[in-house]
Amino acid sequence: MRAVLLIDFGSTHTKVLAIDLDAERVVGRSQAVTTVESDITSGLNRALDTLFSSRALDESDVVEKYASSSAAGGLRLGTIGLVPALTLEAARRAALGAGAKVVWSSGYEIDEDKLAELQAAACDIVLLSGGTDGGDKTVITHNARMLAASPLDVPIVVAGNRSAAQQVGRILEAAGKSVVVTSNVLPELDTLNVEPTQDAVRDIFMKRITQAKGLARAQAYVGDIVMPTPKATLQAARLLADGAGDEAGIGPLLVVEVGGATINIHSVADGTPSDASTLVRGLPETRVKRTVEGDLGIRYNAPTLLDFIGVDRCVARLRALLPRAEPDADAVTARIDALSRNVGFAPQDDLDHAIDRVLAESAIAFAVGRHAGTLKHEHTLAGEVKVQKGKDLTRTAHVVGTGGIFKYGRCARQLLDAALFDAAQPWSLRPAAPQAWIDAEYLMYGIGLLAEAHPAAALRVIKRSLVPLASSKQRCSGGSGMDTA
Amino acid sequence: MDRINVVIGTIGADSHMIGAWVLTRALRDAGFGVTFLGAVVPQQEFVDAAKETGARAILVSSMYGMGLIDCEGLRDRCVEAGLKDIVLYAGGTVAAPLELENNWGEIERRFEAIGFNRVFRNTVTTSEVIRILRADLGIEAETSVNG
Repeated sequence: MRAVLLIDFGSTHTKVLAIDLDAERVVGRSQAVTTVESDITSGLNRALDTLFSSRALDESDVVEKYASSSAAGGLRLGTIGLVPALTLEAARRAALGAGAKVVWSSGYEIDEDKLAELQAAACDIVLLSGGTDGGDKTVITHNARMLAASPLDVPIVVAGNRSAAQQVGRILEAAGKSVVVTSNVLPELDTLNVEPTQDAVRDIFMKRITQAKGLARAQAYVGDIVMPTPKATLQAARLLADGAGDEAGIGPLLVVEVGGATINIHSVADGTPSDASTLVRGLPETRVKRTVEGDLGIRYNAPTLLDFIGVDRCVARLRALLPRAEPDADAVTARIDALSRNVGFAPQDDLDHAIDRVLAESAIAFAVGRHAGTLKHEHTLAGEVKVQKGKDLTRTAHVVGTGGIFKYGRCARQLLDAALFDAAQPWSLRPAAPQAWIDAEYLMYGIGLLAEAHPAAALRVIKRSLVPLASSKQRCSGGSGMDTA
Repeated sequence: MDRINVVIGTIGADSHMIGAWVLTRALRDAGFGVTFLGAVVPQQEFVDAAKETGARAILVSSMYGMGLIDCEGLRDRCVEAGLKDIVLYAGGTVAAPLELENNWGEIERRFEAIGFNRVFRNTVTTSEVIRILRADLGIEAETSVNG
């Protein structure tokens, strides 16, 4: 057997997935608590011991290994641009598409206060943009001087106005900063150019960040850690939509990834208007797009999510799901607080399941709403005109749910309903009638890693393992099966 | 003294260009250098033309009622292109006629909110525009204007 190990150093768990390259199937998986504070390899070794203790796989079968990481806070980026809706937004999108967390961002000229914020944000990389090619030079140059004069000691990627970029690079280098100058993230106002920046970020991630984050010892076993974890899922989404070589993809899709700390939404779709007469406004969209809600996870951030939903609304929803249990506000609040302290918690009873469902569907509805574009009607002499901002995902053919709740929870279909077009919010351009799929084996991130060297095999594995959901009207045992509020 | 350059055109999907053309003639007669872009002009062409000619003002004409929609974002583009201080005017039938009549204050407020220096009604005269433009640019009259 030729087995590939796909390893993810997650913020909580170090997960290992083994795939048999010849049979193109999963032959083993294990996980252990991530031990980045002491020695990253002790958690990894525990996971590997578990994996190889099963008789399905022998260590000598392993021919390749690929690893991703979101340990030690993930890849933290600070982004600087000029106009918030233009170069700053372009920089943020490039960072998100690189699998990073955007932990701080600022447009226009930064000052001492902004610099202090940036220092406090503990970024791994700063992305400096501003000005289209041949456009404004003064702001990016000012911001470079501010960074140069600061004690900030992290790599800086310069992706701004080509006419200013070399000088900006020199200003930063003269101050002893580590600098990579790449092409402008927004060379023209109608052209987004995110790939060179993403390549630069990935290169720095592989060469420097893994060292800085205490992952170097793991490299002896796994080789380079090739990407941040969120990038792995995004890469799997792209593979699944677009195909690889002769192996066809399934077409435009939306991936909903529900985690304990965050919720990620990935779309692979051009997002052009359904109606050709619609006007499109705002920065051009990338076909492969990731957004993340950093404070809407269903474990670490369960209390934040409860605040966001509102205790009364949450309890009302739970009572509708569990008419006989009559959960009260105090009990629900206590259980949700407990989730944030016991992040590995698996639901034990009907109320636990129903709480997970309400938390997850609320987070999904919000996150997909933020990811999808909007449609606004404007009155003009020529009658009503439709104006679209962001991506129109109404015709997106597939929606895929991934994350622990889709593997272990009940009511997967009902959860994904929260991602769909809602007639009560017709301005939100979510998928209207997609085929829904569940990543029931929780393979997506591993598929993204496997695609590094074996894209066609990776695609066949995920296509076989996704479980289609038949109808949105199925009832489920965790609640009454009523429609989402 | 160098000639003052401005850019004029009809924005968006609007093909009405007589208003912009009349204003172009008047501005040229008044000594301005005018880049006339014609009709159906995307925002980007206004920005590019202003950059290329070193224009100090962009005058946007809109006659089909969608002026607000078409003009939104032009100021941001100018800032990114290094033209943050350029004067932006809009004029014409910039909203539905009833709105123009009953809600002019609101229309002015909305244009101001998207970074325009001024918005003009469709009844404004060329001489008035030229007088105000000179004042906004801080320049003296060089030649007399008919109108």
